[in-house]
Amino acid sequence: MAHESTYQPTSGFARWLDSRLPIPRLVHDQFVVFPAPRNLNYLWTFGAILSFLLVAQIATGIVLAMHYQPTTADAFNSIEKIMRDVNWGWLLRYAHAVGASMFFLAAYIHMFRGLYYGSYKAPREILWILGCLIFLLMIATAFMGYSLVWGQMSFWAVTVITNLFSSLDSVIPGFGTMLVQWIWGGFSVGEPTLNRLFSLHYLFPFIIAGVVVLHVWALHIPGSNNPTGVDVKTSSDTLSFHPYFTIKDGFAAVMFFILFAGLVFYAPNYLGHSDNYIPADPLVTPAHIVPEWYFLPFYAILRAIPDKLMGVIAMFASIAVLFVIPWLDTSRIRSVSYRPIFKWFFWLFIISCIALGYLGAQVAEGWYVFFSRVFTAYYFAFFLLVMPIVGLIEKPKRLPGSITESVLGPQASSAPVAKPPKDSSVDAMPGGAVAAAAAEGRA
Amino acid sequence: MASSDTSADPSLDHEENDPSRRDVMMIAAGAFAAIGGAAALWPLLDQMNPDASTLSLATIEVDLAPVEEGQAITVMWRGKPVFIRNRTAEEVEEARNVELSALPDPLARNMNLADTAPATDENRAALDKEPWLVMIGVCTHLGCIPQGQSVGAYKGEYGGWFCPCHGSSYDTAGRIRKGPAPENMYIPPYAFTSDTKIKIG
Repeated sequence: MAHESTYQPTSGFARWLDSRLPIPRLVHDQFVVFPAPRNLNYLWTFGAILSFLLVAQIATGIVLAMHYQPTTADAFNSIEKIMRDVNWGWLLRYAHAVGASMFFLAAYIHMFRGLYYGSYKAPREILWILGCLIFLLMIATAFMGYSLVWGQMSFWAVTVITNLFSSLDSVIPGFGTMLVQWIWGGFSVGEPTLNRLFSLHYLFPFIIAGVVVLHVWALHIPGSNNPTGVDVKTSSDTLSFHPYFTIKDGFAAVMFFILFAGLVFYAPNYLGHSDNYIPADPLVTPAHIVPEWYFLPFYAILRAIPDKLMGVIAMFASIAVLFVIPWLDTSRIRSVSYRPIFKWFFWLFIISCIALGYLGAQVAEGWYVFFSRVFTAYYFAFFLLVMPIVGLIEKPKRLPGSITESVLGPQASSAPVAKPPKDSSVDAMPGGAVAAAAAEGRA
Repeated sequence: MASSDTSADPSLDHEENDPSRRDVMMIAAGAFAAIGGAAALWPLLDQMNPDASTLSLATIEVDLAPVEEGQAITVMWRGKPVFIRNRTAEEVEEARNVELSALPDPLARNMNLADTAPATDENRAALDKEPWLVMIGVCTHLGCIPQGQSVGAYKGEYGGWFCPCHGSSYDTAGRIRKGPAPENMYIPPYAFTSDTKIKIG
């Protein structure tokens, strides 16, 4: 949260720099002594994990682009060349491909965390909206990156998804076709399409990085939410970002990267589709076109609606609705932990998302379509009906008096605010001394 | 000497009698910049449209002599498959006997005819050569390639073509009969240049 700067330049050069470009001050204030709620759990580590992943994706992507050929004749072969001939090419390419899945896994956990603990509510609406914008950019980036492989799934994914825009023909005749040909640069998906997808796939991660900066900025104005959803009231509610949360984030990142590395080294194609190892053929459509796992819920929503245009609208609406939930949720309580009625609807929503993911991978017929419609209906009802109505009728549980009280029990609230009991009992330990020093630094 | 007394600046003298002079200049300058910006943006957007070489590939000639009755061939035009089927008498008969009211899309979608032409078999098939059906082999739902060109392929409930992506079924005149596709498959602009040759595009 916004706080007075405590940075003290310790050398002549540091003082010289501080009056010209105070980056050390920024790092010190925002990432060293920055006060974070002391009760943050491991779900709060995914922001840091996502930052690592973005850097990893950009790094592996830049080197892969040194070997990739964005032409219809050579794209598929150049990727096989990367896999077989380029030094460490197999590692770089698998790390990039699996990295995309890991990026979405971490982002979904991060988003559900925000949803569960009400991190989208005032005063964090813009923080949430910037996150939704990053999610939208991620979708575009991942889709374009997948197309570059130029296998059968790549080619037909591009064909099907770009053809979604032709549904606008039913609104303004000819407009959809014009738009699709503009996207393609031709009368079908071809070389101009592949070239522009490559160009934009290289650009978008840097736009994401830019929005991430705004996202972190917007986070550092109100500060982090926490599992109770209770605002920070005193300095005993917080700990300095370093070393407490750098260590916690670092440990979680290592755990997450064990999963990442496990997939890269032992099951690099587990999350992919084998049809994408068949070169793109504009004359043969695969029997079942399936997107990557992270798009399946949205694909299920698209197919649940029998009308072409309405299906497209529903799919885009399922993401657009995320932008406005700060104003759809009428409850003043942030954390679902203190919302006895909403809690059930929340877990039902999680089940719906997973079910839609399963249904998106099945053929669109019979009971699969029926259940796709049921869960699609609930997906929208959760945001448009449950959030506004339950917030008004629900009687929330009693919130803890403070973050400190939620950690140490009710007696903490009667103890002196500046020095909670835990600090004095561990003062002899090095960690306690650091905590005390950090607390004094902030005072 | 710098002063906050604006009466020294003659351009600000007109505040009382000519309050709109600066506003007009601001609006004019802003409009000029906006129009210039939009004009500069246009090349950046229009470069994505199909280029000259793509447009120049837009005409092909096809020899139909080897295609026997009941057979079909696929040729590439504008990067898309064009289905050419030499239909059997039964297939033509079947297509002719369909009531227009039974068609989800009542329009012929034939680029050689008026946009409002009804989707009768005559309007779908080649002019005066009704066994021949020439159409763009792209499902009008999401652009997949329907099955049904090879002899043994599953042709769907209506004996024409079947799209594996989302189950659209087309009849022997390439008209949508069942499934999510909104329109009949399109007939490209083409003409017979001789008895056995056509020019597409």
